[in-house]
Amino acid sequence: MCMDFLQKIGAFSLKYLYKMGVMGIFLFNALFFSIIPPIKIVRVLKQIRFIGFQSLLVIVLTGGFTGMVLAYQGYYSLSRVGSDAFLGPAVGLSLIKEIGPVLSALMITGRAGSAITAEIGIMRLSEQVDALELMGLNPYRYLIVPNFIAAIICMPLLCAIFNVVGVFSGYIIGGKLLGVGVGIYFGEMANYVDMSDIMESVYKSLTFGTLIVWVCCYKGYYTGIFTGFGAEGVSKATTDAVVLSSVLILMWDYVMTSLFF
Amino acid sequence: MISIEDLYVSFDGHQVLKGVSLEIKKGEVVALIGGSGSGKSVLLKHVAGLMQPVKGRVLVDGKDMRTLKGKGLSNLRDRLAFLFQSGALFDSMTVFENVAFPLKEKTGLRDKLIRERVFKELENVGLSGSGNKYPSQISGGMVKRAALARALVMDPEIMLFDEPTTGLDPVIGLAILKLIDSCHKRLSFTGIIVTHEIPRIFPFVDRVAMLHEGVIRSEGTPEELVSIKEPILQAFLGE
Repeated sequence: MCMDFLQKIGAFSLKYLYKMGVMGIFLFNALFFSIIPPIKIVRVLKQIRFIGFQSLLVIVLTGGFTGMVLAYQGYYSLSRVGSDAFLGPAVGLSLIKEIGPVLSALMITGRAGSAITAEIGIMRLSEQVDALELMGLNPYRYLIVPNFIAAIICMPLLCAIFNVVGVFSGYIIGGKLLGVGVGIYFGEMANYVDMSDIMESVYKSLTFGTLIVWVCCYKGYYTGIFTGFGAEGVSKATTDAVVLSSVLILMWDYVMTSLFF
Repeated sequence: MISIEDLYVSFDGHQVLKGVSLEIKKGEVVALIGGSGSGKSVLLKHVAGLMQPVKGRVLVDGKDMRTLKGKGLSNLRDRLAFLFQSGALFDSMTVFENVAFPLKEKTGLRDKLIRERVFKELENVGLSGSGNKYPSQISGGMVKRAALARALVMDPEIMLFDEPTTGLDPVIGLAILKLIDSCHKRLSFTGIIVTHEIPRIFPFVDRVAMLHEGVIRSEGTPEELVSIKEPILQAFLGE
């Protein structure tokens, strides 16, 4: 009885250790082929369009409304202690250091990451990945590397757009509706937000971008191997990819925040 | 050309192949028959190097598929083509783009030459007017023919066919077999055809091997096979 239980725990642990090993090797291969030519430029540009350009609307909308909500909540809290002049730094620092990178990453996970997993997963199940291999072509170069390069280029830019839109939306609420002057809003922001805060945002979004494509490409690539087959397999891989990416983004955010603190 | 030696394969403790051995000479086409789930496609994927055996080995031109990696494996695969049961066409590309893909990626040919080559190959398989269609817009038979065109466009020395006629009506199925035969006469490739088309496949192959319970149970020319008094084989031949 006791041995059975221990055996089950051992088998379970070994299975997950094996999967983690496979995931680690997958990341190593993806990064290795990302820096060793030839790079498939056309596919990279296509993925930049998909991950970056086509995500602009969702990033602008999310950034805009987040900035507006932050301004309302910030003003409510700060005005109670007579510090409403600090609304600009409060909105700016919250967005740039934390909310911008995290929310933009979560949005990209939902919009692009899930699609990447589904696309690669369907290709795996319909033997298109095997067909690539049998042509003597490296599937990493065609399917994985373009997503890695595109995400590393796009994520900091999308995060920056999120932050800028958020800051200006915050001003619309704080400055135009709640009466905080433009000079106070932006002046105090310039006093309190410095380059290291902006760089923190860039580093976070860079690592979040890598994390999203790592998890989403891996889940798609191993559809039918670590998940079920058919439509159910793709659905499970996609759900797993979004959930794991989102949880890892929040966990990694904590690690990075504590490092920068 | 292809030598399968004492191949053992198992999945999750279930033994699929239990010591399969088979020799295929250069230019020869062998039909691999057997019941559903007997491991025919698995055997084919081992020949292509897509899977690794538990024990035993596959030698292609004297090269062990287990030890081939990187450039060596890529070079061997340049000489090999695989016709998947589903066709495995890239569904985001048109038929033309699918056939042109290996030429674009593996050769330094100019676009004009690639176009000419692809049109010729599509004409050979009777798909001249379907180049701009996507795989989802064409029938199952057309998908198989397009996949055959993609497989043949690089003039392979070895062709592996995984149930090339499954899911097709008898007329189109026979047309595909005739097409494979005419391609074999043109290119003289060495081939393995996994099929259930018995005895329809017999005129198109040099030898037939029957896989049953994880081993090659019977093997010989189509004429020899018919005369073997093996109950399983006879049941399979429908006599």
